[in-house]
Amino acid sequence: MKILVPVKRVVDYNVRVRVRPDGSGVDLNHVKMSMNPFDEIALEEAVRLREKGIATEIVAVSIGVPQAKDTLRTALAMGADRAILVKSGDDVSQDLEPLSVARILAKVVATEKPELVIAGKQAIDNDMNATGQMLAALLGWGQGTFASAVRIDEGSALVTREIDGGLQTIRLKLPAVVTTDLRLNEPRYVALPAIMKAKKKPLEELALADLGVDTRPHLTVVSATEPRQRQAGVKIQSVDELLSKLKNEAGVI
Amino acid sequence: MSVLVLAEAHDGHLLTDLLARTLSAVAPLGDADVLVTGGNSAGAAEEAAKLAGVSKVLLADDPSFAHGLAEPLAALIRSLAGDYTHIAAGATAFSRNALPRAAMLLEAMVLSDVTAIKDAETFERPVYAGNAIQTVRSADPIKIFTVRTAGFSPVGAGGPAPVTSISVPPDPGLSEWVEDRTITSERPDLTSAKIVVSGGRGLGSAENFHQITALADKLDAAVGASRAAVDAGYAPNDWQVGQTGKIVAPDLYIAVGISGAIQHLAGMKDSRIIVAINKDEDAPIFQVADYGLVGDLFRILPELTEKI
Ligand SMILES: Cc1cc2nc3c(=O)[nH]c(=O)nc-3n(C[C@H](O)[C@H](O)[C@H](O)COP(=O)(O)OP(=O)(O)OC[C@H]3O[C@@H](n4cnc5c(N)ncnc54)[C@H](O)[C@@H]3O)c2cc1C
Ligand SMILES: Nc1ncnc2c1ncn2[C@@H]1O[C@H](COP(=O)(O)O)[C@@H](O)[C@H]1O
Repeated sequence: MKILVPVKRVVDYNVRVRVRPDGSGVDLNHVKMSMNPFDEIALEEAVRLREKGIATEIVAVSIGVPQAKDTLRTALAMGADRAILVKSGDDVSQDLEPLSVARILAKVVATEKPELVIAGKQAIDNDMNATGQMLAALLGWGQGTFASAVRIDEGSALVTREIDGGLQTIRLKLPAVVTTDLRLNEPRYVALPAIMKAKKKPLEELALADLGVDTRPHLTVVSATEPRQRQAGVKIQSVDELLSKLKNEAGVI
Repeated sequence: MSVLVLAEAHDGHLLTDLLARTLSAVAPLGDADVLVTGGNSAGAAEEAAKLAGVSKVLLADDPSFAHGLAEPLAALIRSLAGDYTHIAAGATAFSRNALPRAAMLLEAMVLSDVTAIKDAETFERPVYAGNAIQTVRSADPIKIFTVRTAGFSPVGAGGPAPVTSISVPPDPGLSEWVEDRTITSERPDLTSAKIVVSGGRGLGSAENFHQITALADKLDAAVGASRAAVDAGYAPNDWQVGQTGKIVAPDLYIAVGISGAIQHLAGMKDSRIIVAINKDEDAPIFQVADYGLVGDLFRILPELTEKI
């Protein structure tokens, strides 16, 4: 079975971004970029399914600026067989909406015909948590979001999901879309030989304009502001002092 | 303007506080219709009808909605959407699963985790783990969004509004429920509790994590955890507080053995009073804590629990 894994190039999770002084957005110049952590988990899951003999081919796809090729090289080093970059523009501060991303991915699905798409649950830049669900809707496929376990058996996918109150298991007809949560797996460390080998793997480039997808934005960012900053408070020396502060000063207990 | 709010019910029990906070968030848009779905939800619909700001309750009582599966729920929302300018729900695993799917069926862009409604088209939402707040305008004829309820106080009683049973579209049959492994706890709910006690990797084991729950019980508090504590199996997944977990804003948040990574802060920095207990005086959690106690949690926790 062929698996498609959409991977997004995002600000590294260790970076604390700053809002531009003119309020037009966040400053992405000279900031470390990485693969969205949930997409690393997605790719790892696909690789594990191939190691179990279930997946036959893994195709990583990214939509974004030319630099997203670096993200795809990482995906190839992690174990993807092929990669596709859909070049959406050159402006690193421009982000396509999940609605547009879903439409583009649906085009890629139409040509690649995977039986399973494994995406991340959420991109840690826009924090939208929408693309996988939207793609599934567009394709008319079932969806298994926030997965902490995936098992393929007899033409269906058994997906255990992290929900409020605990876990839920559902069975999806294939083809289907799965989105990953943090507990699905722990992505492996990529060793140097794999990085070298990845350089020889195929990376195809498509121009967004050639796909004939409507990517006009539905949302306009009016402004971006810094959140209210908290001031560090005081250090307390003892439990008694803490309790007295909480009772008498803060009035919270 | 006409607003539809998606309510959440499990096993026939309405999540009343969640709905009451969502109604309070959308109140600037006017009164709302409430959609109650489920396998046996007539009681939940009656309960929803008693809240202020509800014009009517639509009840979709059908086994296909018993487990919150996204495909039938999104199809139902699409079938009702024509009557509304806004469709909203409190941001939970349930709504985050179904609303983006419904939005795509309506060719609309979903807005996740809205923290303020500026006007009928304009919304505020945090991005980049809460390090920036975006004001966004939606051009969609139907605005579909989830709301971060922790920042809104619940509406009171009203009505009762009329309850109407509605017909449901056929189940697309793409997924099937197999089982739930959930725990219903007597503890206050994490996203609405007045006090939250959270534990991190510093607790060291699932056994030691009981010291967190013991303190929480004494304070009648909800229990939270860092991702590291959940990953290590000290606490269940739905206790995770943070960018990719629960967002909380209690009067008092006590972080124990938690370093204060950006992703954790994203979930709790709007709490009124923050207390941090950590043996590392340079831990970033102290930068947001009103009261910091530097020391060994295994010495501090028992004393604190005993003296409260
Ligand atoms: C995509 C992504 C999403 C994430 N989402 C979240 C999220 O939603 N929520 C979240 O919490 N994290 C999230 N994280 C993880 C986050 O980056 C941190 O790794 C995590 O919050 C660390 O948890 P911690 O503070 O418990 O552990 P650590 O950072 O290891 O801190 C443990 C702390 O305990 C203290 N300690 C140890 N022993 C004692 C003792 N005896 N007494 C007192 N103090 C002690 C130490 O000094 C230390 O400060 C996410 C990460 C990624 C990549
Ligand atoms: N530009 C993109 N390129 C490739 N995949 C993407 C892109 N945007 C989103 N995705 C996928 O969709 C998931 C959820 O993103 P989001 O809905 O934006 O939070 C990500 O984890 C990726 O798997």
